[in-house]
Order: sequence, then C-alpha cells, then structure tokens
Amino acid sequence: MTLLKEYIAPRFAQWLVVIFVGVTLTFLIPRLSPINPVDQAMARLQSQQRMDPNAAQVLRNTLQDLYGVKGNIFEQYVAFWKRLLRGDLGPSFLAFPTPVIQMIGVAIGWTVGLLGTAVIISWLLGIFLGSLAGYFPDRWWSKVLEQSLVTVYPVPYFILAFVLLILFTYYWPVFPLVGGGRGTPAFTWDYISSVLHHAFLPALSIIVGATAFRFTMAKALASTEVSSDYVQYAEMAALPKRKILFFYVIRNTMLPHVNDLALSLGSIFGGALITEVVFSYPGLGYTLYNAINAADYNLLMGITLLSIVGIATASLLVDLCYPLFDPRVRYR
Amino acid sequence: MLTTTRDLLRYSPSFRAGAIILVFVLLFVVLSFFSPYAQDERRVVPTNKPPSSEYILGTSATGQDVFWMLTFAVRNTLMVAGLAVIIGRSIGVVLGMISGYVGGTLDRVLSSLADSFIVIPVLPLLILIASLLRGQITLLSLGLLIGFLDWAYPSKRYRAQVLSLREREFTHTAVFSGMSTLRIVLQQHLPFLIPYLLADAVSGFLFAIGFEVTLSVLGLSDMNMQTIGTMIYWGNYYEALLANRTWVLVAPVVASIVIVIGFYQASIGLSQFLDPRTRLAHLQVKG
Amino acid sequence: MMDIVKTSNLKAYYITQAYGVQRTVKAVDGISLAIRENEILGIAGESGCGKSTLLKVLLGMVKSPLKVVGGSVTYDFYASPRDALTLTESELRATRWKDISYIPQGSMNVLNPVRRIRDTFRDFIGVHLNTSPREMDDMVRSYLSELGLPDKVLNSFPHQLSGGMRQRVTIALATILSPKLILADEPTSALDVLVQRGVIQLLDEIRQREGNTLVVVTHDMGVHANLTNRVAVLYAGQMMEEADTGTIFKQPRHPYTQHLIRSLPKIDDKSERVSIPGQPPALDNPPSGCRFHPRCPHAMDVCQAEVPALEQVGPDHRVACFLVSEKS
Repeated sequence: MTLLKEYIAPRFAQWLVVIFVGVTLTFLIPRLSPINPVDQAMARLQSQQRMDPNAAQVLRNTLQDLYGVKGNIFEQYVAFWKRLLRGDLGPSFLAFPTPVIQMIGVAIGWTVGLLGTAVIISWLLGIFLGSLAGYFPDRWWSKVLEQSLVTVYPVPYFILAFVLLILFTYYWPVFPLVGGGRGTPAFTWDYISSVLHHAFLPALSIIVGATAFRFTMAKALASTEVSSDYVQYAEMAALPKRKILFFYVIRNTMLPHVNDLALSLGSIFGGALITEVVFSYPGLGYTLYNAINAADYNLLMGITLLSIVGIATASLLVDLCYPLFDPRVRYR
Repeated sequence: MLTTTRDLLRYSPSFRAGAIILVFVLLFVVLSFFSPYAQDERRVVPTNKPPSSEYILGTSATGQDVFWMLTFAVRNTLMVAGLAVIIGRSIGVVLGMISGYVGGTLDRVLSSLADSFIVIPVLPLLILIASLLRGQITLLSLGLLIGFLDWAYPSKRYRAQVLSLREREFTHTAVFSGMSTLRIVLQQHLPFLIPYLLADAVSGFLFAIGFEVTLSVLGLSDMNMQTIGTMIYWGNYYEALLANRTWVLVAPVVASIVIVIGFYQASIGLSQFLDPRTRLAHLQVKG
Repeated sequence: MMDIVKTSNLKAYYITQAYGVQRTVKAVDGISLAIRENEILGIAGESGCGKSTLLKVLLGMVKSPLKVVGGSVTYDFYASPRDALTLTESELRATRWKDISYIPQGSMNVLNPVRRIRDTFRDFIGVHLNTSPREMDDMVRSYLSELGLPDKVLNSFPHQLSGGMRQRVTIALATILSPKLILADEPTSALDVLVQRGVIQLLDEIRQREGNTLVVVTHDMGVHANLTNRVAVLYAGQMMEEADTGTIFKQPRHPYTQHLIRSLPKIDDKSERVSIPGQPPALDNPPSGCRFHPRCPHAMDVCQAEVPALEQVGPDHRVACFLVSEKS
C-alpha cells in the first residue's frame, strides 16, 4: 500500500502534469504566432482556383471550425481538450480530408517498431559495454571501446544518420535509399526480410547514438560501484568476476539507468524522427517532414500532441518498473 | 586560471586534443571575416565545380565558394549555439537557484515544470514553432528558441548543487555570522557553481548545435544565411548526392563532426580534472 | 606453537601520481609480525597508523595504488610455507575464505543491497564448495541459528536487518567455511556497547569451537583486554611493542603503549585522563628516526636520528625503543 502511495501516485500525478503542460504549450504556440492558418489556407486554395464568395465564406467557417479557432481563447482551449479526448485531431490539409489521426495511425507503427527496437538494444548494449568498461578500465579493449564511443557521442543524430546514408547507400550501395519495406505487407519472409533490410541503417544510426550516451553513463556508474564496500568485499572473497560484474556491479546501477531511460526517451525520439527523414523511412518523422513542407498545421499539431502524450506515457511506464529493480523501494 | 589551463594541457590528452581542434575552429571563424564574398550573395563563382586549387572545397549549385561558405557556416552555427547556451543556462541557473534556495511549494512547482520539460520531446515542439514562423526566423531568434527549450536539465542540476551547498558547514557559518542571503549566494556559492557551469555549458553547446543542424536541414531556419545545417539543406535541395557533387555536403558534415568532437574532448578533460573522483581514478603506481 | 602467517620487514606504500604531483604514503613501513596458530592476536593503534593496510597485505589484496616495496608475507597453513605475494590468482582464490577470511570495518555495507542474504551466501560458498544450492542453504541456515540468527534472515535483503544483525551476518559469512585465520578489522566500531559485547563473544565462541586463529585490529583497548591473548602496538606504520595481553596492560615498556594504557578509564580511578600532545603523523611525510619522537616525553637525540629496532626485553615481549634498549 505504501508503495502505491509513496511511489506510484506521485509519478502518475507528474504524468498528468506533463501532459497538461505539453498540450497547453501545443495549444498556445500556433495561437501566439503571427500566422493565421485559416487565412493561409484560404489564400492557398483561392490561388489554385476561383471561388464564388458564398462558397468561400462557407469554406472559411468550416476551416475555422476545423482549425479550432472559433470563439475566444478559453472556448478554444476547452474545445481543444474535448476534441483531443475524443481522439479527433482534425483533418490533414496535405491529404484533405483524411483525418490526421488516420495518417498518424499508418505511420506510427513504423516509428514504434524502429524506435522500440533501437531503444531496447541501445539501452542493454550501452549498459553492458559501459559497465564492462567501468569494471575493467585498464584493458586495451576497454580503452578502445571508450575512445570510439566517446568520439561518436557528441555527434548529432542527424549527422550520424546522414553519414551512414552517404556511406552505405551511396558509396557502397548495400542498403536501400528509401522506404520501409518492399512489396505488400504480409507475414512472408520476403516482406519481413525487406523490412529488416530497410530498417537496418536507420536503426543502426539511432542505436549508435543512444548506445554512446548510455555507455558513458554506465561506465561512470560502474566505476563508482567498483569502489563500493560490497564489491570490494566480493572481490576480496575472490568471487568469480562474471558474477561480480552482473550481480554486484550492474544490478546496483540499474536504478539510475531505468530512471535515465525514462528521461531520455524524448531525446532519442527526436533522434528517431530526424533519422526517418534522412532515410525516408515511412514513420512519424517522414510524415512530419511532409507536413512541414506542405504547411499542414493540423498534421504538425497532431504529431506534436501525440509525441508528447506518447513519450510521457512511455516514460511513466518505464518509471513504474523502478520497484522491480530496487528491493529498497519494494520492501520497506 | 592560467596554471589550471597549463596543467590541463600538459596532463590531459583529451583536453589537449580538444584545445587543438578548437583553435582550428576559431581560426576558421576568424577567416570568415575575410571572405571575399558575402554569405548570401549567389552566383559569384562558376557553379558546381569540384574541389580544385582555385576553389579548395569546390563550388555549389548556387554559385558560391564552398570554402568561404563553410567559414560563415561555422561562425553562424557557433553563434546560434552560443546564444542558445547563454539563454538556456541563464534561465536554468536562475530557476534552479530560486528552486533550491526558496524551497517549499515554489520549489515543487518549478521542479515539476522542469521535469515536464525534460520528458516532453523537444524536437516536435521546435519544429512546430519554427514552421509557424517559417520565412521569418533569423539566426538570433533561432538561438533564442533553442535556448528557451533547453533550460530544464540545467535547472535541475543547479538546484541539486544549491541544495547540497546549503547544507555545508561554511554556509551555516556564514548564516550564523549574519551574512545576507544575497551575499552568501553571490560570494560563497557562485564560485562553486562556476566549474559546473563550464562543463555544463559545453554539453548545452553540443545540444544546441544538434538542434540548429536539425532545424536548418528541415528548412526551418534562415535559409539565406550560411550555417552547417543550411549548407546541408541546400546541398540536398540541389540533389548533390544524386548528381555526384558530394563535396558540398561533405564539407559541412565533416566540419560539424570536427567541431563537436573538439568541444566534447575539451569538456571531458576539464570535467575529469574538476571532479575529484575521476581525478583519483587517474592515479598510477610508479617505481 | 606454529606460526601460520609471518611477515618479515614488510613495507607497503601507496604511491600516487596525478597531474604531475607524486605522493607516497608509507602505510606499512617495516613490520615483522608472526601470527601463531590458535591465538587471538590484537593489533592496536590509532586511526591512520596503517592497521587496515597491513590486513590487506596479509590477505594478499595488493592493488594499485598500493604496492609492496619490500619484505615478504609467508603463508604456512599446509605442509610447505608459501610466499603470499607471489601466489597466482587461482591459488589466491583458493585460500580466500577457506584459509583466510576478513571481517571488514563497517560491516553494515559489505552486503550487496540488491541481493538476498541467501544468495549472497550462495555466492561466497559457491566459490569453494560444489554442493547444490539447496544443501548450501541448509548449511547456512544451521550455521546462522548457531550464531543466534533467525531463519527469516536468509530471505531478507540487507536493509531489512538491523545493524547488529548485519554485523553478525557478515561474521557468519566470513567464518562459515571454517577458515584457519580470521582477520577482523575494527569489528566493534560503529556499534553500540551491547552489540559490541555480543560481537566479541561471538568471535570468541567461533574461535573456541573451530579452533582457528583470530587477528583483531582495533583502537579500542577495551576489546584487546577482553578478547586477545597477545597484542602488537602499531604507530605510524611501524610496530612499537609486542607482548601477551597481560604484560601489555600491566607492564608496558614503550612510552606510546604506556600512554595508551594510561588513557583508559578505570573504575574508581577519578584522576584526570591525560592524553598525548600532538597528533599521529601524516604517513606521506613521517618523522625521521623513531616515528613517535615528536610526541614522546622521553625523546632523546638518537630517537630523531635512527629508527629503533624491535628488541626482546622479556619472554615473548619485544619493544622498539631506544629508552629500553639503552637500559638493557
């Protein structure tokens, strides 16, 4: 019971705060900008075809409704929340009248697949390699590993993705330049293998960046653990190194790693978005890119909102795993 | 200060490497002031020429000399990042310190807000704002924008520092001897925070560079100015990859990698020096 | 009586080099000590005198920046004596916990916080015994109950136990395989008096039952009085005096020992306790000659110039002091 109260409830509350702050920001931002999306849309439409004044007025009203700019700001805010809770993100302008939610629905699977695998692999790999390097800091491979990862660490996700693109789809064309998979979606090996083929480079790009980050943290944590009383004692009693590494060093660093994973999801997500753009991978990032170029604000807002809610929730779920790793939180 | 720098240069290979790279970067920035062309002038040289003795890094599809463009790009990217760091860290320091010193509900509210900003994915927000302002963004506003969204993590760290400083012996002594809070903060505590500010500023720098490149590549910044990101954008726009004119892209990409590595190495050297634990880890047995 | 572990003029220093500054801490500077089978040897001295370092070297735990720069440590548990410092890693692994074990200072924290006590025991025992986990558990359970610890301890995490219980668990961990030599580093510090007594009794019980040898390092002279057979007094990395406990307390010959004994409170003695002026020296820059000379009330010229050697002044009584050697 105390676990629920002391641990779960505050995190739940924070989750609500994050969503509230995020949604409000996303609501306010377009309304603070000098651009009136309705005017813009109207100008665009009218430049493409002539419209009679009545039809134009009806269109304007519809657009105002759709863009949620009817009424004063408080009415708009309430209407905004109402629509959000209904799952209505409005129609996309790029592919009018396809609802934004549908366009997101198509893309989100790709992003979740890519991001999910990349996050899990990089987290585990980073923790393992980093802890290994922290436990055996004087071995040659440890130093090599550290130097190479430290070199990669500060490079922005975009540059990483772009370099991989140039190297492996252009200079040595082993990987496809665009797309998510070839052929029609099915559970055939043909399709699945092409998906893996297409996903390899983007995933690699994200994994390299995220692993470098995780490695740095893991090495630092492991180094601290190594000087702890219980690790020193276990070494004194000559326990096998493997056991010490996994059960005495890594196990004790899991908490900060889980905590940090929850916090860094947002940044890895950003990396995934831009990586998708580079590789034209048909996920949210690519959809976002098209939305930018078409000035499809509904789609932009929709993706932003979804990202906020999605990452906040993922972060909460990760945080809730905390007690699994620390008996001090589980048992009082 | 000088002796610290000298020690760092002598004993820390990371710092040495970083410092050397940064000197080169600085050189590049200085060169930009001597460019024979303005950065937004097009068609000043023949288009699409590969690197040669006349045009060291070749020319672009817009008729600009890649080398001189790069000097501007380096300068501008660093400026944008610098501005972002200043804004972001200032907000972070102020909010973090207020949070730490005042405590109570204000602290809880600010911390909760900071936590929210950390979790919220910043890129979609930045993209949203930048697209709305498309065509009207200047490098200045870009820097401000990035800075306004990167205050959360620093504020948490400074808050933690402040909290630990508050409990230290010398603070209690100062309070008991009647020093005013402001004086304590400025005179006693600020010197402690400065090393952290330095190391933290570098990480903010890297973060900001990343965002500048990302936004510019998407076409969301001032596309008439040269930055690392805009160079890549225009390179892609004119199909440099497909048309086999990679030099326009390779230059900014390599430059960005060199810059970030330089900064990071220097910061590693610095923070290893400052953090007593890692300093101890460098001890070796002699003899 | 056989010596099971011997050191001979052992010198172990911490040598560090960072950012151009070299520093040498002479923690153990020429100690010759013999540990006899079945005894309880006490090592007394203030904090910072090198006691803990001595124990580490006795265990063969010499990791940089600690370095043995002179002397030797000999293990004599079996047929032939072996140089402890040249043992290979697997040979060392075989001796730890089975021949020599260690009860550290501040035993609160040596138990892995994310592992149940049962698993920790399995880890430690598993290095030496190839029995099934179930059998290991039985072994641990019965041993723990002999030491007065309830069954539920096995399933608990360290933070669920009290400080005293954790200390007992650590003692159990160190002694369950009946090692021939147990090194205890300040086993009673950071414990309240009642628990201290329990720990001392426990250590004595174990020794009586298993017939092993115990070395107790502590600055608490009361523990020496209650527990040990022999005491060696250390100061600033060197041995000052060594004798059986009774002699140390009733006829201390070295000025430092004398002060240690004199500073102990005695029932009915209401006279003022006197402490020695000054502080123990920093070991990176120890005083020349006899390390104690700056604080010694009887210091002579020679004390500053030369290091006094340990000399026999009685049956089983050695002292390193020019005062004593001049007289004899």
